[in-house]
Amino acid sequence: MASLTPQVSTQVTTQVAPGAAPARGGRPRRPRVWRGVVLVLAAVYFLVPLIASFVFTVKAPDQGFSLDAYGQIFSAESFGGSLLLSLGLGLATIVLVLLLTLPAVVAVRLGAPRLRPVLEVVCTLPLVVPPITFVAGISTVLRWGPDYLASTPFYQTIIALQNPGFPVVLVLAYVVLALPFAYRSLDAGLGAIDVRTLSEAARNLGASWPHVLLRVIIPNMRSAMASASFLTLALVLGEFTTARLLSFETFPNWIYRISGSQAQVSVAVSVFSLLITWLLLLALSSAGARQRSGS
Amino acid sequence: MHDSRTRSKSRWAAAPLLVFAVIVFGVPMLVLLGGTFTKEGTLSTANLTESLQGAYLTALLGSVKISALVAVLGGVLGTFLAQAVVTSRFRALREAVLTASGVLANFGGVPLAFAWIATLGNSGVVTTTLGLGQHGWSLYNFWGLTLVYLYFSIPLQVLTVVPALDGLRPQWREAAQNNGASTWQFWRYVGIPVLTPALLGGVVLLFGGAFSAYATAQAMVGSTVPLVTLKIADALTGNVLIGHENVALALSLDMIVVAGLVMAVYLPLQRRSARWLR
Repeated sequence: MASLTPQVSTQVTTQVAPGAAPARGGRPRRPRVWRGVVLVLAAVYFLVPLIASFVFTVKAPDQGFSLDAYGQIFSAESFGGSLLLSLGLGLATIVLVLLLTLPAVVAVRLGAPRLRPVLEVVCTLPLVVPPITFVAGISTVLRWGPDYLASTPFYQTIIALQNPGFPVVLVLAYVVLALPFAYRSLDAGLGAIDVRTLSEAARNLGASWPHVLLRVIIPNMRSAMASASFLTLALVLGEFTTARLLSFETFPNWIYRISGSQAQVSVAVSVFSLLITWLLLLALSSAGARQRSGS
Repeated sequence: MHDSRTRSKSRWAAAPLLVFAVIVFGVPMLVLLGGTFTKEGTLSTANLTESLQGAYLTALLGSVKISALVAVLGGVLGTFLAQAVVTSRFRALREAVLTASGVLANFGGVPLAFAWIATLGNSGVVTTTLGLGQHGWSLYNFWGLTLVYLYFSIPLQVLTVVPALDGLRPQWREAAQNNGASTWQFWRYVGIPVLTPALLGGVVLLFGGAFSAYATAQAMVGSTVPLVTLKIADALTGNVLIGHENVALALSLDMIVVAGLVMAVYLPLQRRSARWLR
């Protein structure tokens, strides 16, 4: 490619030079060709797996076309159960992560700037520490718990955390994993509004602190909270490591389990879940754009 | 007086988060540390020694090797793609690539593995259409995994580098040109030095992402490629000898040390790049 580029580009330059070159400040036209090559290669690399996955799911054994795999998703056993479990976990994680992060972020902005480095470290560590090592720690705690705490009320707590119907321990782990993303989007959202003036004005008018938070700050942070929630939901819906190592059948674990017997269905669900993530993030970025143009 | 009252109160608003982090994140990490240095109830470095020997060492090195390769390749390819998008005059192309990058950078885990298995696996669409199987093609090895990891790494590099490329001011290029610099000289003496922190920062992020990836590897290659995450998972789910659970903790500590060292490079770099790119 390196030897080819200059030759082609000289041709291009001589063809278009009279009119276009002076207008563009005499800049050589060379980038054109490599840019095209890069974009085409990228398009092939990124689109082929998506197209091929779709083809794989609609290919019937006799070389025909069939959407059966997509129909089978909904009738497959424990599809609904695992999806509902993941959605429930996602919802609980969103609520908890917002409840914990929002007051902390507001507090750091308004009154306790010295806590900011602490908060930054706490909300960056889960990114540095690989999730699987965190899970290794959790599973050890859960395994040791019964030995040391059998005679104390903590024992019941440890058991309750692992209730297979709704494993609270997963919510706790997911909150930690989601903290960096939630913190970043909430902090950025708060940075975009003048919290100090808003809250002081509200306080001078006699509003209590909870009132300020609920009626003044939160309504101004809707899009930041939405983005934190979306990112958290995407994280929980795709999370595999924690759930698998602690043996809970969430949605990704279900996909993994059925892949052995129903390859087409598992790929169909994968395509499907990509589409859902895509829609979530599109909604997110368009909401962000609306917010920017509105303000 | 009002201000000081606000201050002391607002500190308490951050307390729940900090307490939560200490309990839910801190306790497992302490237990991890404790378990690493305990063998049969006594203080010992035996687990750590074992985690740095034989198959465990191979797995750790395998993870470092694939992560480094993915980081460098993804870093270079992602930067070229980002530059192609940034210099493009088509606004729609830029928006489309950035949105797609946002989605694909998050496209990991099991679905990613299955998408590639459906494409280039043994009975994948591309494999069967092009008859790659007869030429000895297999997705389930080191290079296959690298190919798959790049699928989320390149978009991540694009997202990291585009703001930096946007920050390269046209005036700098014009000034260089007025002084008679060639394109190569511009990049050699202006562009790349200014971009270096952002580029390396992206490479570090890619390393971290590939290093801690587990779901994709588990769903795709099982244990045919030695990776430290797979070894830890095997040890935790009881696929090893009894009494070796603590080796999983020692391996985890090894991972944290490697990830921490790499991240330690990133933070000062980020600060340096922030100085130029405002």
